[in-house]
Amino acid sequence: MSKGTGIGGTFMVSMMALACAVIVAMVAIIIGNILLHGAGGISWEFLSRAPEAGMTRGGIFPAIFGTAALVILMTIAVIPLGVATAVYMHEYAPKRSRMIGLVRLAIQNLAGVPAIVFGLFGYVFFTKFVGAAIDRGLYGGELVYGQPAIVWAALTMALLTLPTVVVATEEALRAIPQSYREAAYALGATRWQMIRRVVLPQATGGILTGGILAVSRGSGEVAPVMFTGAAYFLPELPRRLHDQFMELGYHVYVMTTQSIDVEATKPVLYSTVLVLLMLTFLLNFTAIMIRSRIRRRLRHDR
Amino acid sequence: MRDGGVLSGSRQMNTQVVQRPWKKAALADRVASHVIRFCAFLAIVALILIFVFIGREALPLLTSQEVHKEADLARLLLPQPASSGGAAGFTWQPVSQTPKYSLLPLFLGTLKVTSIAVLIAIPLAVAAALYTSEFAPPLVREVLKPCIEILAGIPSVVIGFFCLMVVADWLQGVFGWTYRLNAMTAGVGLSLAVIPIVFTVAEDAFTSVPQAFREGSLAMGASAWQTASRVVLPAAVPGVLAACFLGFGRAIGETMIVLMASGNAAIISWLPSDAVRTFSATIAAELGEVVFGSAHYHVLFFLGAFLFVFTFVLNLLGRWWVVQLQKRLQGGS
Repeated sequence: MSKGTGIGGTFMVSMMALACAVIVAMVAIIIGNILLHGAGGISWEFLSRAPEAGMTRGGIFPAIFGTAALVILMTIAVIPLGVATAVYMHEYAPKRSRMIGLVRLAIQNLAGVPAIVFGLFGYVFFTKFVGAAIDRGLYGGELVYGQPAIVWAALTMALLTLPTVVVATEEALRAIPQSYREAAYALGATRWQMIRRVVLPQATGGILTGGILAVSRGSGEVAPVMFTGAAYFLPELPRRLHDQFMELGYHVYVMTTQSIDVEATKPVLYSTVLVLLMLTFLLNFTAIMIRSRIRRRLRHDR
Repeated sequence: MRDGGVLSGSRQMNTQVVQRPWKKAALADRVASHVIRFCAFLAIVALILIFVFIGREALPLLTSQEVHKEADLARLLLPQPASSGGAAGFTWQPVSQTPKYSLLPLFLGTLKVTSIAVLIAIPLAVAAALYTSEFAPPLVREVLKPCIEILAGIPSVVIGFFCLMVVADWLQGVFGWTYRLNAMTAGVGLSLAVIPIVFTVAEDAFTSVPQAFREGSLAMGASAWQTASRVVLPAAVPGVLAACFLGFGRAIGETMIVLMASGNAAIISWLPSDAVRTFSATIAAELGEVVFGSAHYHVLFFLGAFLFVFTFVLNLLGRWWVVQLQKRLQGGS
């Protein structure tokens, strides 16, 4: 600090440092609190059994299973779609074309649409429109797909996570040196051969990052699956595409707000939150590690 | 087996062997190109479908006679007589003998919670971003950035849970409020969801200010703080604006945190210590029990359409300011 700013400047800078400290403290307090109260209840039993006694005892296995099934279905839908979109923007569309601008705008705005709006859309489009149409066409009007189901929840979630996959894949595509593509063309490859044999294998890391981030987002979001397939409690695991399912995040919401006995639910609740938090944390951590490796490569190549 | 087959037919098949793979590759190329184009197009289609399908369910509020018996725009916006015959008022009471759909309590609630969240999050996040880009020693940066990433990765239902279980008690203990769950509790929780977005966009803006700006300022004898506050900050103003718009958009649409921590009572009040009900929480809490196709159902989709359009505009504004920042800095350096 020099020349005349003295106390005022020093004060402002320390206030800004304080802001940083406050943010770090908030994160530390949240994670610390949940670890402190939740770690004790986690055991193999807790992870492998169903809720018992009005969710005050037992485990969360159905919720873990449902979440896993949901994100697997979601991944099957979102990865091909997201990767194709990114490949189109980076490899097919002419630079600065109108189409590319429109797709980018759509992706950016899709990322900003509130989760609850996705929930509304999934409910009215997938269950009431697509599902009902399938029922009319294939099941003679019997109610099979025209109601909340895991497949609709997964597709809704896929829309929500599409921007994540597109952005991560695009970043990876950008990191591939142009000379690789030119070499493939020089050997007589068509554009598709070049993409399949050169670009996509090189972009695996980015696609993986996007996929993991999407899974992390998808396993924690509640609002989009509330009306499209998540259930309060189910005695059985989902086995068919049109079954309902239990989800970790929704389970947390249900136990927090609709518990008969809050104090009795508390230990189980804290442990469930800890499981959800650790799951998203580990996924994010893995994705960030892969991403930072890609970024390092990008820097080396330029 | 394969070798034998190739050998036996080699003479006659010769021309085709040369021709076929090439044709196949060309065909695959054309098919792939169409498929990929179609997938990219789907992103645009999805956005349009969201608009059309939510709009389609919201529209009967304006057009359907059936729905008008219970709700129309006037009844959503103007004061309505109370069921007991008392003074006209604004009430959100969709499940009752004479359902009342005044949006004012919900609008006020949304505004209140969102304002609290934004008022906490924006100063904190922008200050932290400026500090990180201008002053912070590498160690601070290495702690803060992962923290922001972790915060961004915490599911909103976990933040909602934390507010309901812990923050609510703290705030009640400090201020002695009657209700545990209120606008302040939800606002504090919501700010946790907004901070990562504002921080990331603002920090991007500050770091994209060319180094020459800072060097020029320092060379003229300005201090580090003067440089940060009078050169870097003004240069990055469009980026900071973008951060505010995107943060505001996130706050207004966030559902789980307000659903769990706001108390969900549709009261008209300016006090942060009263319970509130927001647009997003109303949809989440009521759509599960609503009769498909009823007036109530269409009103909820109307709220959804409002949220969609409003966040859409905020996002466009945010992106527009990002572009303005890039133009400004590229033109200036």
